[in-house]
Amino acid sequence: MPLTREEKLRLEQKAHELRKLCLETVVWAGSGHIGGALSAMDIMTILYHKYMRLDPKRPELPDRDRFVCSKGHIGVGYAPVLAELGYFDPELLKEYNHTGSPLGMHLDSTKVKGVEASTGSLGHGLAVGLGMALGARVKGESWRTFVLLGDGECDEGAVWESAMAAAHFKATNLVVIVDRNKCMIDGPTEEVMGLEPLADKWRAFGFEPLAVDGHDFDALAGAIDAALAAKDRPVAIIADTVKGQGIDFIAGDYRWHYGSFDADKKAKALESLERYGQARIAKARGE
Amino acid sequence: MGGLTYTMLDAMKMSTAEYYGKTLCELGAEHPDIVGLSADLAKSTKIGLFGEAFPERFFNVGIAEQNMVGMAAGLAKAGLTPYLSTFAVFASMRALDQVHTDICYQNLNAKIIATHAGLSFGQAGSTHHCTEDIAIMRAMANMTVIVPADGIETANAVRAAYEKKGPVYIRINRGFDQVLYDRPDYGFRLGKAVTLHEGTDLTVIACGACSWRALEAARALEKTDGLKVRVLNMHTIKPIDEAAIEAAIMDTRRVITVEDHNVIGGLGSAVAEVAAGLGKSLTFKRLGIPDCFSIIGLHEDLMAHYGIDENGIMAAVRELMGRDFEADENWDDEV
Repeated sequence: MPLTREEKLRLEQKAHELRKLCLETVVWAGSGHIGGALSAMDIMTILYHKYMRLDPKRPELPDRDRFVCSKGHIGVGYAPVLAELGYFDPELLKEYNHTGSPLGMHLDSTKVKGVEASTGSLGHGLAVGLGMALGARVKGESWRTFVLLGDGECDEGAVWESAMAAAHFKATNLVVIVDRNKCMIDGPTEEVMGLEPLADKWRAFGFEPLAVDGHDFDALAGAIDAALAAKDRPVAIIADTVKGQGIDFIAGDYRWHYGSFDADKKAKALESLERYGQARIAKARGE
Repeated sequence: MGGLTYTMLDAMKMSTAEYYGKTLCELGAEHPDIVGLSADLAKSTKIGLFGEAFPERFFNVGIAEQNMVGMAAGLAKAGLTPYLSTFAVFASMRALDQVHTDICYQNLNAKIIATHAGLSFGQAGSTHHCTEDIAIMRAMANMTVIVPADGIETANAVRAAYEKKGPVYIRINRGFDQVLYDRPDYGFRLGKAVTLHEGTDLTVIACGACSWRALEAARALEKTDGLKVRVLNMHTIKPIDEAAIEAAIMDTRRVITVEDHNVIGGLGSAVAEVAAGLGKSLTFKRLGIPDCFSIIGLHEDLMAHYGIDENGIMAAVRELMGRDFEADENWDDEV
């Protein structure tokens, strides 16, 4: 079902709030993986605010949908999504990374409500998500499992072990989303280790790849709808994104995989996020 | 230990892994939450017996150990109890990052039954020997580590692993083990050593294939040398039975550990850590693989080569009995 205008506006507003909260969290934390958090924010927003069946008051609800953030380093983006939903007190974000805080760079499922799997070592999340998906099958449950992968993460051989297995076991209750921001720590993905043709790789491993604009809610909704309707082959949504999306002086710059903001930079970043978010909201309003 | 009805006759006919596979089938019938995984070693590890009995609850992932361990974590997260099997060398090293982060870090209820451990796949060479896994798994927080001595103890361990919530690593051998127990009701308790032979002169603490050999050595030494050697089967390496180690030190003052594993990091190290913490005087020797990659050969021959068989243990006992050491009462000079 295409998004209604109201839905899209709501998602735009939510993503705008979350991008700003992500920046604040990086400032509170001292530094953080802002680039990959912002490239994935629209994906996490649409999953948590449109598709996933969940109840933040009952994080252990047996038939809840599962989200595995395999690119575990984007805790500064993921934690705000959970906090804003009420999984934990948003005040905790102010202590992010502080000694003794439950919130560290890579979120720990044993410490943070709503986090389905502790991730951080790359290339793990798809296997864990596949286990969850097959667990639903064994138990006769209807939950769906969404796995968010980084594109650089797809260098890991274990990702492809899991891809092969997901297709072999016809795990169509599993949806893979690759945050294709085209950057990794040491440089552009195609310079460090070429991934293209990435869609062909997923196809060759038995997935139906769907390449979409990862910052366009209509496009993401169409792809997720198709993934949830898949019958024979699981879908891998390759979301074309921009690292650091929304902050003009970091967007697309691999050097902003991880960074910190002094008062001046933070003010400029916030201004930029405001301009970017308001432009998207205005567009959604049809202005 | 309901359901365990194995006899001496079974022990003569069944490989250690067959005990595992059969026991897992029994457990699977009792507990619908048990699922199985293997990485193209369903037949060799005998988890395939479970797969045949419960095909809808079994996943053979092909030769992809990392994916297998990650999937096991996801299945555990889904409220199921995965048992996964591959060779020890792959479970402990090829997929260690997944064991560490996906299973142990999250304290998930997953059971790793690793076969072909130690030098039991002797002719396959060092790519398939596994003399590091006890050290590796012992260092993983939340992990329980069990090294059964024979098939019947394996059956007990596989059942105990189900009752113990959290990650468990069970290390068993390829092929047949010498029969240490002819019935299952000898009092197996997780974390509690089994006294195989009483003695006051020296204690041999053993695990796995070395436990039967330690018992044979103690019996022989009693006849030939008149020595009273206590033998402990330390089937659980973590958590280790500190009380049994302390009693051995206080009662016999001489302790030898013997294991089919590198002398670094395994049973010997675990015992040494306890002994050092107690601050009681003792003389101590570790038998095992002397920090090298093993030569190729039959398991029995390799155990003889590295001195972890009956003869090696007897020689070590005699050496330690002849060693002079400072007893507690001579410590006045330290003041």
